[in-house]
Amino acid sequence: MFEIFGIPSNALFSQLLIGLINGSFYALLSLGLAVIFGMLNIINFTHGAQYMMGAFMAFFLLQYAGLSYWWALIVAPVVVGLFGMIIERTMLQWLYKLDHLYGLLLTFGLALIIEGVFRNYFGSSGLPYAMPDSLRGGQNLGFMFLPNYRAWVVVASLVVCLGTWFVIERTRLGAYLRAATENPTLVRAFGINVPRMITLTYGFGVGLAALAGVMAAPIYNVSPQMGSDLIIVVFAVVVIGGMGSIMGAIVTGFGLGVIEGLTKVFFPEASNTVIFVIMAIVLLIRPAGLFGRTA
Amino acid sequence: MAVASDTIAAPEHSAEGRSETIAFLIMTAVLIVAPFFIYPLFLMQALCFALFACAFNLLIGYVGLLSFGHALYFGWASYLAAHAAKVWGFPPELAILTGAATGAVLGLVAGSLAIRRQGIYFAMITLALAQMMFFFALQAKFTGGEDGIQGVPRGKLFGLIDLASNNTMYALVVVIFLACFLLILRIINSPFGEVLKAIRENEPRAISLGYKTDRYKLVAFVLSATLAGVAGGTKAIVFQIASLTDVHWTMSGEVVLMTLVGGLGTVFGPVAGAFVIIAMQNYLNALESWVTVIQGVIFVVCVLLFRRGIVGEIAHLLRIKL
Repeated sequence: MFEIFGIPSNALFSQLLIGLINGSFYALLSLGLAVIFGMLNIINFTHGAQYMMGAFMAFFLLQYAGLSYWWALIVAPVVVGLFGMIIERTMLQWLYKLDHLYGLLLTFGLALIIEGVFRNYFGSSGLPYAMPDSLRGGQNLGFMFLPNYRAWVVVASLVVCLGTWFVIERTRLGAYLRAATENPTLVRAFGINVPRMITLTYGFGVGLAALAGVMAAPIYNVSPQMGSDLIIVVFAVVVIGGMGSIMGAIVTGFGLGVIEGLTKVFFPEASNTVIFVIMAIVLLIRPAGLFGRTA
Repeated sequence: MAVASDTIAAPEHSAEGRSETIAFLIMTAVLIVAPFFIYPLFLMQALCFALFACAFNLLIGYVGLLSFGHALYFGWASYLAAHAAKVWGFPPELAILTGAATGAVLGLVAGSLAIRRQGIYFAMITLALAQMMFFFALQAKFTGGEDGIQGVPRGKLFGLIDLASNNTMYALVVVIFLACFLLILRIINSPFGEVLKAIRENEPRAISLGYKTDRYKLVAFVLSATLAGVAGGTKAIVFQIASLTDVHWTMSGEVVLMTLVGGLGTVFGPVAGAFVIIAMQNYLNALESWVTVIQGVIFVVCVLLFRRGIVGEIAHLLRIKL
């Protein structure tokens, strides 16, 4: 047991780990936002509600279908993603030709509806979700205690984030996606079904949010408003990183999570606001964002 | 080019000026008669929000900037006005001015940060800054945390007129509302307002014509925040309370909803929208928790099918400008 700047190392490292966990969620969510924004030119305000739906799906699957956490990791993103695709087909697709702000307003309205409905049926207090048995316990690393589940969340989200980056930046499918972002008309002329690609992209982005929700369920309680405050922080993360770069979204997400964790140790009063303060500073120094290409 | 469009617009200008004047006179008459039929507290609440929505609409409707954090100016103005009236013993007119100044200062700081980015980022920045100040309001001592500032005295206007009676208070609220409304009309129809509309329509073009658009945007932002501050300060005096509800992001969402329902970019739309939404909240009280869901449904319906809003739709049918 040793101390760093008068803080016991144990407390420091455990807050760092919590920071990394929050950072995983920021990264997964801002990645989804960036992917959706790239294709649809819409800021998906429903993202927080869809994250919450992912957590609730995990809860339902365990409670009513007896399906374990591992099943939830696959089923919840698919179901919530399909739900997203229905929204895209029935509502969002009519807004692509309008000003961006209508997309924001529509998805904000959807978030109100979804959260309102869940609050009416499940109340504001959280529902507990049991951790899977295989991930209970932890490792003693000498300088700190590492709970298995938390290690799993950080590693799993890193893998998912890097996988998404690989698909978008390094594969043929990703090349189509990037091309369709630049010039949808031309890509259509090559015989690629761009509207279907847009629908699938939205479904994928929403699925990422739901996946984050499932992973969050055993750590935080499952509650209807778990997404709404988180999404505002994620917006700040997106402003800091800029949505132009996939890797930028991942790095910014994890980095800000760690900074937030450290703030909790050294200056707890500011832990809620530190990300917003960083956003203000970044806007002053680099208005386009850390990874933004143009303003 | 600017000169040419001015001369072309001139005849139309007087016509639209007439429809606005008539509508304004009707609105004033309705507001004078209303307290004989409708509960004045409801009217005052609706007027405070109507002013708030008009201030918000100045940005979205005439500069094309969607601020998703307008609760920041409204809520903090109501905190400082309440504090000024209760702790510093300010008379109501100075307390409301304190609110306006709060809105102006916060608007200057937040606005100069937010205008550094365009479009969708602008909305996210304003929302994030408002959320930051929400946490400050939650932690600061003088705001009273979850309890808010309660028991704010209405006091005596100019040391003479006691505002304890709802009817006197209503008269003051109407005067404030109409004065601010006329100010907004004046701003919109001034040369300054024309530049704002030019920025909304085509910012690069406005820049190429030599306008420093950032400066125009910032001035519009500060004006909007100041007027939102007047609304917040007035609300604190009328209801004798300032609370966390008014700085929360749901309040920012509500003012967007009011403006959207009434009609984005119409002068009278935000007023109509505020009355509709406040009436809905008051009369659908039985549905309590479903109100959020209903608000969400209204958002979705307005965006998909009813983008002109109530007043915009009327103006379109009558082919006039409102």
